[in-house]
Amino acid sequence: MKQKLPLLIVLVLGIFFTIQFFVPSRASEVTYQTTLQWWLVMSSFAMVLALGSLINHHALKIKRRKEGWWNSWVTLAGIAVMGGLGILGGPSFRMGWANDAYTRLFLFVQAPMDSAMFAILAFYMASASYRAFRARSREATVLLVSGFVVMLGIIPFGAMLWHRIPDIAEWVMMVPNMASKRGILFGIGLGATATALKIILGIERSWLGGGGK
Amino acid sequence: MFSHDPWVWIAAIMTLAIFSFLYKENWFYRIAEHLFVGMSAGYAMARAWNNALVPNLFNPLFADFGRNWPLLIPALIGLLYIFRFVPKFSHLILIPIAVGLGLGSGLSIAPTIQTDIIKQMQSAIADASNVSAGGWGLAWGILSFIGVLTTLSYFFFSREHKGALKVSASIGIWFLMVGFGASFGNTVMGRVSLLIGRVQFLLTDWIHVIR
Repeated sequence: MKQKLPLLIVLVLGIFFTIQFFVPSRASEVTYQTTLQWWLVMSSFAMVLALGSLINHHALKIKRRKEGWWNSWVTLAGIAVMGGLGILGGPSFRMGWANDAYTRLFLFVQAPMDSAMFAILAFYMASASYRAFRARSREATVLLVSGFVVMLGIIPFGAMLWHRIPDIAEWVMMVPNMASKRGILFGIGLGATATALKIILGIERSWLGGGGK
Repeated sequence: MFSHDPWVWIAAIMTLAIFSFLYKENWFYRIAEHLFVGMSAGYAMARAWNNALVPNLFNPLFADFGRNWPLLIPALIGLLYIFRFVPKFSHLILIPIAVGLGLGSGLSIAPTIQTDIIKQMQSAIADASNVSAGGWGLAWGILSFIGVLTTLSYFFFSREHKGALKVSASIGIWFLMVGFGASFGNTVMGRVSLLIGRVQFLLTDWIHVIR
């Protein structure tokens, strides 16, 4: 019963909402909109699970005095301050000072760290690309040339070298790149549809835990 | 010369803390990293509360409970996620997961077929048969269509890649490599522009070297 009920729910909801897409009626549209609202409400509670796991992990680290345990205090403080200020300053409590502090913390602490975190990836991508781009085969050479042309085409320096480079970069993006992306999207579409069908029909059961047994 | 705004100082220190990882992992970076994780989680929590729960659950319930009480159903199903932390009843978490998977799978099948399969193929065929695009336009459309077919043939594993399929798959690899190279170039440039933005912030807003 512990596994049959979830499988039945997936089957019924899966079939119902697959059919719903093809039913052109007002009732069908209302059902769709209501479901989206319900889904939004339900999935928001998953945040409790995510936050609970994160808080639990760091609380245990502090309790057991694991290496770097004091850093966990920083994470917990970050959750409490940002989450607390966001909720107090939001539409439910409307505390101006909290909203102001929340906005400033977002603009001057979180956003700079976010972009700095992604910016340092540029250095690692550069070193990774050195290893990947050592043109050892024809395919690797194609990848190297295509990446190089696109990079040059985006920056003004490319146009300074030769005025046609931006056009070539655009051609690479619009013709061979588009072709491969369409092929990949086609494959993703088939794969996603097959996986969704496997889940609805109960063939894919790994989400039940225990390797689907 | 330096900025007098304490918030700019905080932003600059946080940026330098993250960049310090480029030298080696250190306590300065670790603090910033943990703060980033905590603040991002707090931000996500506030967003879920303010943008999802308040407008879609609390406001309708408080405004007209008699009419909107059915909203308690997804709320109660969602609350079952909490049983993950109660070992005796942890299996109840499968109910909201099942509802999410059922809805997600059901709602995604038709749009996925429409957008990722039919529309993509429609556009590829339309480009390859668009006579009004002129000589080169039509040629590139046909080339693009050949690229789609050969890329797909590379992912066709039901038959051994021999003969015509091998040739087609080999051409497909070339298209894929150009695509990966273009994606790589775009991603690198995106990261570099973020780096430029950060350095510009340090030199302009913080140190005032650039005006």
